[in-house]
Amino acid sequence: MKRLKSIGAFWYDFVVGDDWRVAVVVVAALALTALLVHAAGVNAWWLLPVCVFAALGWSLRRATR
Amino acid sequence: MTALPLILTVFVACAVEAVEALTIVLASGLTREWRSTFQGMAAALVVLAVVVAVLGPTITLLPLTALRLVIGALLAIFGLQWLRKAILRATGYKALHDEASAYLREVAAAKQAPVSSRHGIGDWYAFTLSFKGVLLEGLEVVFIVITFGANQRNLGAAVIGAAAAVLVVTVTGITVRAPLARVPENAMKFAVGIMLTSFGTFWGAEGAGVAWPGNDAALLVLVPVVALVALGYTYWFRPRPGSGAEARSSEQVVSP
Repeated sequence: MKRLKSIGAFWYDFVVGDDWRVAVVVVAALALTALLVHAAGVNAWWLLPVCVFAALGWSLRRATR
Repeated sequence: MTALPLILTVFVACAVEAVEALTIVLASGLTREWRSTFQGMAAALVVLAVVVAVLGPTITLLPLTALRLVIGALLAIFGLQWLRKAILRATGYKALHDEASAYLREVAAAKQAPVSSRHGIGDWYAFTLSFKGVLLEGLEVVFIVITFGANQRNLGAAVIGAAAAVLVVTVTGITVRAPLARVPENAMKFAVGIMLTSFGTFWGAEGAGVAWPGNDAALLVLVPVVALVALGYTYWFRPRPGSGAEARSSEQVVSP
């Protein structure tokens, strides 16, 4: 159990890193993009880059405050 | 799209990680014993090669849309992590990675550990130190090789980029016989972070069903825009004279 936990912690740290909010924003932005494209017929190519830049800025702001 | 951006991105990412692994291998080999160090390094390289050989072809069997969505998301998250760290280091809020001091720390720890033989390995400490160092640094490279290679349907080019970087760093390390402290690691991580974030954003959005204006040519705009935004954040978040942040950042820089 302890080994499983440490393996899980390693992979979490490996992919998600220091700020889990960045990962949440990227996943949410992708879900919203898919929804806009497939449900509303909007070619929302701009949404993910905007969210990525915002997530990076937000994360840096939190880290430097 | 040509294989050149793929090879270059993997080469730079791999070179950065190889420099960090080299520091550990040198500390182990020069302080403990070379034979066990090389055995640990070789065992880690075999594990990494098996991971690429098994996961690489398996991942390419997935449908391209699903692959781009999942891998794009992972790459964007992974790239933002690199970029965030590189910007925090460039602005002074996080200490720069210093190979010389990392080497001294590893040497001090290696000198204190007792010598013991296990499973036919002369110095178990040297073996595990070099095995862990190469494996952990190598996993990031494997992640980039597999995600980039699978998405571009060109795993071979990604492997060439990684192998070339390992070769260059190894030969330089053997020649110099010292940690490669002069390599501009943060600048390289900054560049790799830009590439990973750009490609992750591009592929992730494509996987979500987006049609980029200009198709693949959109990357020629996206990469410079990500670079400009990252440079802008570096300027924006730098500690300003007279602010409390300046003192805080200088304290953090000198901490190990």
